[in-house]
Amino acid sequence: MLKLENLQLTFEKGTIGEKKALKGLNLSLDKGDFVTIVGSNGAGKSTLFNAIGGRYRLDEGSICLDGVDLTGLPEHTRARDLGVLKQDPLKGTAPTLTIEENLALAYGRRSKGGIFATNRKDLKYYRELLSSLDLGLEDRMKTPVGKLSGGQRQAVTLLMCTIASPKLLLLDEHTAALDPVNARKIIEITQRIVSLKSITTLMITHDIQMALTVGNRTIMMDDGRVILDIAGDERENMTMEKLLESYRAKSSRRLIDDRMLLS
Amino acid sequence: MTLLIGSMELGLIYGILALGVYTTFRILNIPDLTVEGSFVLGMAVTAVFTVGGDPVLGLAAAILAGALAGACTGLLQTKLMINPILSGIIVMTGLYTVNLSIMGGKANMSILGNDTIFTMVGSKTLVALVLAISTAAIIGTFFRTRVGLAIRGTGDNEEMVRAASIDADRTKCLALAIGNGLVALSGGLIAQYQLFSDVGSGAGIVVIGLASVIIGEVLLGRRGVAYGLFTAVGGSIIYRVIIAFALKVDLFPPYSLKLISAVVVMLALSGPYVKKVLRDKASTRKRRSMVKHIKEYVG
Repeated sequence: MLKLENLQLTFEKGTIGEKKALKGLNLSLDKGDFVTIVGSNGAGKSTLFNAIGGRYRLDEGSICLDGVDLTGLPEHTRARDLGVLKQDPLKGTAPTLTIEENLALAYGRRSKGGIFATNRKDLKYYRELLSSLDLGLEDRMKTPVGKLSGGQRQAVTLLMCTIASPKLLLLDEHTAALDPVNARKIIEITQRIVSLKSITTLMITHDIQMALTVGNRTIMMDDGRVILDIAGDERENMTMEKLLESYRAKSSRRLIDDRMLLS
Repeated sequence: MTLLIGSMELGLIYGILALGVYTTFRILNIPDLTVEGSFVLGMAVTAVFTVGGDPVLGLAAAILAGALAGACTGLLQTKLMINPILSGIIVMTGLYTVNLSIMGGKANMSILGNDTIFTMVGSKTLVALVLAISTAAIIGTFFRTRVGLAIRGTGDNEEMVRAASIDADRTKCLALAIGNGLVALSGGLIAQYQLFSDVGSGAGIVVIGLASVIIGEVLLGRRGVAYGLFTAVGGSIIYRVIIAFALKVDLFPPYSLKLISAVVVMLALSGPYVKKVLRDKASTRKRRSMVKHIKEYVG
């Protein structure tokens, strides 16, 4: 499904601040995989997402999604089959447009409904989707998104990311800016949508407990590489302590504080 | 009365300019200076066609020429990564030469004695009214289409538009082309209205457009895009009426037009911030006086 081969990426190449962010990263996902990613700050997690999304150019390596080589394609072309959700609830929606207009923008690549942005059939579909969130947003479809709370905006963004049934969903700490109640709610909605549409998903999180319970596979990144990749029984039996232990054993960084992984 | 009708006609024609400025400034969120050149471009192109006996074709050509100029600015911004405001200034500067050469190297051109769209219909007010309202309606409808929504999204959150698999570079160029097409149409109509084209008439035109947009918003309220387009035209009419009366009562000399426009735009744009500062000051004063009272009471 998703095949990443020998990804190499350097920031500010040839300058004194040169930093290798990805150092030959390899990863391969099956269809329907829900993989959680953990790793300390600077491990290259978000860089990996930006490389897949096309924001950053790779020095070397290839990204293959469902048999299509994405490596040279521009950002908006890749976005056709990608859903990306970031930490900041303000980033994923257009604040002055209404909820239905935001959904219409995201659904545009799949909708077959004529030249006008909204039509009755699409609106009915949006209403169904919104009511499945259970936040009462289906009755506020004409409200500008800027008037919603952070949790509500993130829920709408989640719908926008998945409305076009992307082949791959990238979640970059998408609950980190929310309060615990809203964060749990968003995670529940995420799990429901992902399993309903069986979207292959990568999720970055700093919550180790969440990383081990959500999804079916967990990888740990360090210094631009994957250093741990667990699934099935091995993952079932993994605890936070054991994970930290193996991090200490495998990490290239010495004198590391456990909190670095958790923060 | 003549004064009122005259300013109404001018207000409607400049209202189309306001629609163009609204598209780039309010919807795309870029203050576009190409307008200063594309307004005259519209004038020049229309003047040449009008002298050739094709006033209506001239207006159509003006729209196309303006759109082309806007698309150039868009390409400078998106493909060559030049700062948006600077892109506008560059194209505007280049257009000065283009405009002169269209008018045969002369700084102005008279179309006196030729048929214009106004003489063909017979009523200046009717032509201005129909064109301004139908243009606003067409643009308003356009912004409800998928492409129109994509443009509005681009002005609001570009990153999100790219994430929705929309080429934001293209929507930007398109919006700039539409905005400048409208501005050029307005310029062409002005040329036919006043029966001459002058290479210097673009100076300060962007501020006049902004003034119209802002006066409309302040006096008629902000309520969505379609409504906003009509308030822009309304604002343009109100602006012309104010100016006409200010000049009529000899309050200001005729050449003070641009200073007045500049001050109006400055006041309107700084309004929300100044209001906030004054409110904060007032509440601080209130708190201080309360503290003083309490101290007096206790002590």
